[in-house]
Amino acid sequence: MTLLGLIGGVIQPVLIVGGAPLLVGVLRQVRARLEGRVGPGVLQPWRDLRKLVGKEAITPRGTSELFRVAPLVLVATTLVVAVVAPFVTTASAADPVADLFAVVALLALGTAVLALAAIDTGTAFGGMGASREMTILALVEPTLLVAIFALSVPVGSTSLAAIVSSTLNDPARVVSPVSLLAAVALVVVIVAETGRLPVDNPATHLELTMVHEAMTLEYAGPDLALVELASAMRLTVFLGLFANLFAPWGIATSAAPLALLVGVLALVVKIAVLGALLAAAEVFLAKLRLFRVPELLAGSFLLSLLAVSASFFLA
Amino acid sequence: MNLAASSFGAAVSIGALTAIIGALATARSRSTLVGIGTATTGVAALLAGGAALTGESFSLAAPGLLPLSGVSLTLDALGALFVAVTGGVAVACGVYGVSYARHGLDSRLVQAVFPLFVVAMLLVPVASSVGTLLVFWELMALTSLLLVLAEHRRRPAVASAARWYAVMTHLGFVTILSGLLVFAAHAPGDDFAALREAEVSPSVAALVFLLTLAGFASKAGILPLHAWLPRAHPEAPSHVSALMSAAMVNLGVYGIVRVGFDLLGGGPRWWWLLVLALGAVSAVYGILQAAMSTDLKRLLGFSTTENLGLVLIGVGAAGLFAAFGDRVLSGLALAAALLHVLNHAAFKSLLFLAAGSVLHATGTRDLDELGGLRAGMPVTTAAFGWGALAASALPPGTAFVSEWLLLQALIHGLPADGGADAIVMPVAVAAVALTAGLAVATFVKAFGVGFLAKPRGEAAARAHESPPTMLAGMGLAGLACAVLALAPTLVLPAVGAASGVALGGEASAVTGTVTIRLAGVAGSLSPLMITLGLLVAAVVSLGVLRAVAARRARRTARLWDCGGGPLSARMEYTATSFAEPLQRVFDDVLAPEQDVDVDHFEESRYLVRAVAYRRAVPDRVERRLYQPVLAAVAAWGRAGTRLATGSVHRYLGYGFYTLCGLLILLAVTR
Amino acid sequence: MLGLWRKIRRTGRIAEPAPPAPGDRVEAAAGLGGSVQIRHVDAGSCNGCEVEIGSAFGPVHDAERYGARLVASPRHADALLVTGVVTRNMAEPLRRTFEAVPAPKLVVAVGDCARDCGVFAGAYGVVGPVSDVVPVDLEIAGCPPRPEAIVEGLRKLTGR
Repeated sequence: MTLLGLIGGVIQPVLIVGGAPLLVGVLRQVRARLEGRVGPGVLQPWRDLRKLVGKEAITPRGTSELFRVAPLVLVATTLVVAVVAPFVTTASAADPVADLFAVVALLALGTAVLALAAIDTGTAFGGMGASREMTILALVEPTLLVAIFALSVPVGSTSLAAIVSSTLNDPARVVSPVSLLAAVALVVVIVAETGRLPVDNPATHLELTMVHEAMTLEYAGPDLALVELASAMRLTVFLGLFANLFAPWGIATSAAPLALLVGVLALVVKIAVLGALLAAAEVFLAKLRLFRVPELLAGSFLLSLLAVSASFFLA
Repeated sequence: MNLAASSFGAAVSIGALTAIIGALATARSRSTLVGIGTATTGVAALLAGGAALTGESFSLAAPGLLPLSGVSLTLDALGALFVAVTGGVAVACGVYGVSYARHGLDSRLVQAVFPLFVVAMLLVPVASSVGTLLVFWELMALTSLLLVLAEHRRRPAVASAARWYAVMTHLGFVTILSGLLVFAAHAPGDDFAALREAEVSPSVAALVFLLTLAGFASKAGILPLHAWLPRAHPEAPSHVSALMSAAMVNLGVYGIVRVGFDLLGGGPRWWWLLVLALGAVSAVYGILQAAMSTDLKRLLGFSTTENLGLVLIGVGAAGLFAAFGDRVLSGLALAAALLHVLNHAAFKSLLFLAAGSVLHATGTRDLDELGGLRAGMPVTTAAFGWGALAASALPPGTAFVSEWLLLQALIHGLPADGGADAIVMPVAVAAVALTAGLAVATFVKAFGVGFLAKPRGEAAARAHESPPTMLAGMGLAGLACAVLALAPTLVLPAVGAASGVALGGEASAVTGTVTIRLAGVAGSLSPLMITLGLLVAAVVSLGVLRAVAARRARRTARLWDCGGGPLSARMEYTATSFAEPLQRVFDDVLAPEQDVDVDHFEESRYLVRAVAYRRAVPDRVERRLYQPVLAAVAAWGRAGTRLATGSVHRYLGYGFYTLCGLLILLAVTR
Repeated sequence: MLGLWRKIRRTGRIAEPAPPAPGDRVEAAAGLGGSVQIRHVDAGSCNGCEVEIGSAFGPVHDAERYGARLVASPRHADALLVTGVVTRNMAEPLRRTFEAVPAPKLVVAVGDCARDCGVFAGAYGVVGPVSDVVPVDLEIAGCPPRPEAIVEGLRKLTGR
């Protein structure tokens, strides 16, 4: 474990925990502005969280320990990803421990545990949300893994640090068809995995249209704070991974303070820009019917397969 | 006589002794004695396998023991891996069976056959001549058939399942028999050593491979020869299902590896492309059917098809890489496949034993009637949850490690060579990925709907925990899962040794102590560190939360029911409704049958008396492929009755005409 | 899509400038720190108040800018926004909704019906005003109250 990796392992989780609610704030603010509203300000999600941890925790009757542990697991999986993946520095705190597959599997573990907690409540909406989330997860997984395949073939490794470093050394790769196709596929994946429009509407109040929200209807107080923080962190982690897989510039390659500062700033700017773009795009989109979503995901799967074939034919 | 030989001998003799005890002991002590005996057999087999994997081996030939060919046994690393797996599963199932078998399964026949089945499975991977292998293979088929039939008096479905199993397993036997006989006919003898030396022409080799592949794949539950598996596994007693699903199906893989790699020495690419394609189709189709299934044990049975499909993807990829001459990758792919065999054995025996515990407590396997078991059976719930995590290939479960290795082998396979690889590898990765995603959905369904939430039926509400020996059996399987999940590096050298035998002795493809490092290609993973990381992260988040959260007591409140009446179990999502979105997505593949009956009042068409909804997801492959064949066989049989009218004169006439015909034929040809 | 983009550019900001913050904060809401999640309960309203609430959260008045947000579950809520007289069928659900909110919790009675039954006072299906069923922390008068009044009431909770 290098010094750079150690520093990254400390800075990254702190940055992501601190920045994730701000990212959600930015998203809401951009949306509000485009809709002609003023918006509550980017700090609002932090205010929400601060208030939620001060509230009373509620255990609905008939739920088990799993219901209480699930928010913790959700946060823990995302935290581990925040430590091992290269966000601020190329050297990961624990590079040999986990690669891109492990990162994907960890994030899926969080989703699965939350779905179990939702089923555990025994409410109709909990089951419905879990069923829908699992359907989407099952369809997203192939795209995600094949897109990873496309990205790791030119590098010869699924190690995140290796992929990021190799793009740094060979910037022309970013505009190759492989990268572009994989990028489009990954955008759809990220939208689906983080429950954004047009797959899921995070602002909906109508239970029947919910996916992610329906699973969290029973959480209150500190538990809810963890769930909200975790879903903000997942969004941040996905956008950060996307940014660094396709545009890693600015990421710190040495432990010099200046390089680290640039690394932090670059990450913040990249994620904020991506978030703003995502929010702006959402203004133009309506939610898809649930059974149209598979078509979207099948399309992204085809793109990722094309990316793999391109990586072979153009190699 | 080394440790491997003596403990293997002990395993076989204890097993045989246990069978005799099972046939002779009194009804009260029978299941206890047989359980302990089987578990001891398993321990001895584990020892033998372990010793053989670390370098010891033995050979034994007893020419006079069986007519025609005699018996010849050799325990090498490849066989030892399967001996060890069978032994491990037998330990868990034996301990579990002590009290499980008390409930209607303690007849003399069942108790005597159960250890015999284990012994047969131990002998198959050790057999080192065609004759010996076939004898033990048939012994395994017969004993398992008798065990599947154990509960035929209670449920009529058992007889039908057993019929399917009997026919298919024997058709498989016939193909293996003819394949190996053709092979032996072209070799100086029927000993494996002679077969290895034999110079066979490519067309004969292909014929041998295809024939044996058909038989072994059918034993492994691979599409399209899987039809017996989702029938026999649910209907067999649960500890027998565990043995069949976690140990017996593996021997199909063993057969393919032994014949394909060891005896035939690899082969052209298309063999392995075929194996890979069969594996990919089985994996996806198996898990899709499992995702739709509402019968807990049928779901697990289809999941076996899925996992064996994944294993065959690894075997096929290994063969493909070997055909290209890439020894590093072929070693990696085969190690991934064999590690998945181990992992699958561990978590599938855990899951089947837990399912048996549920069946024992509630009397039903229907997920739509279960639910809320965590209150009455906390240990079984924890066991099934741990098994489900392992089966859904998520960290820190077992299958994650082997699927990770498999994906690494497939990903690095692309730049190695051009041509077929460029299309095959991405499709294989996509198949593995789709399987992984669907497996998560399937096991969230099985665990969430079956064990969490509120009980959906009377039986589930009255569920009680199983007796301690059953829990101990599950505990052993769960422990095996934990070891394999957190410290796969402990068994990876053994897996490397086994794949070395198949591919022709070479260094292990995977190294490392805490972190798994791939030899020859870039890639590393540390399941233990990931798990520790998760624990640390969870503890830190809990600590921070405790520090900042208000000191308010946690309140228990009624479920949020939108302010209306209390939520009843009828409002919960069932297994059927949970799988409904997936069913719609894969409509074209699954072709589900849905039926809505609306019953009106006589007075008016607008007043509905009752609405009935039925849904069934039939096995489409079975319907399309087997029913025409069965119909043709039936038609053939009916045509035959026209010849057999019951008239003795006619039968004498047949004999007369046949004789005349033969004489004429002889006269003409001479 | 371009048309929508042009429309967004042409329209710009349509939220009215924020009026000065009301001085009198609700004491019980002090701990919420500028974030109030609201669950709306229609206890028997004529839907007039709902229209006005919708308008208070619309682009023109934009109640969200003060830290108030409507949520889908009382478990997520800090305050209940109750409209209408409490009818017999809704009395128990209202109590249960109040019970489902984690402490500290507030109840806002919106409109004259919620405050004192308004024109429905004495009707056969009416249990009474909201304060007869659950403790009320803030009342917003009007039949229906103007969106400005609703926003002002909510600002007393958020303190912004």
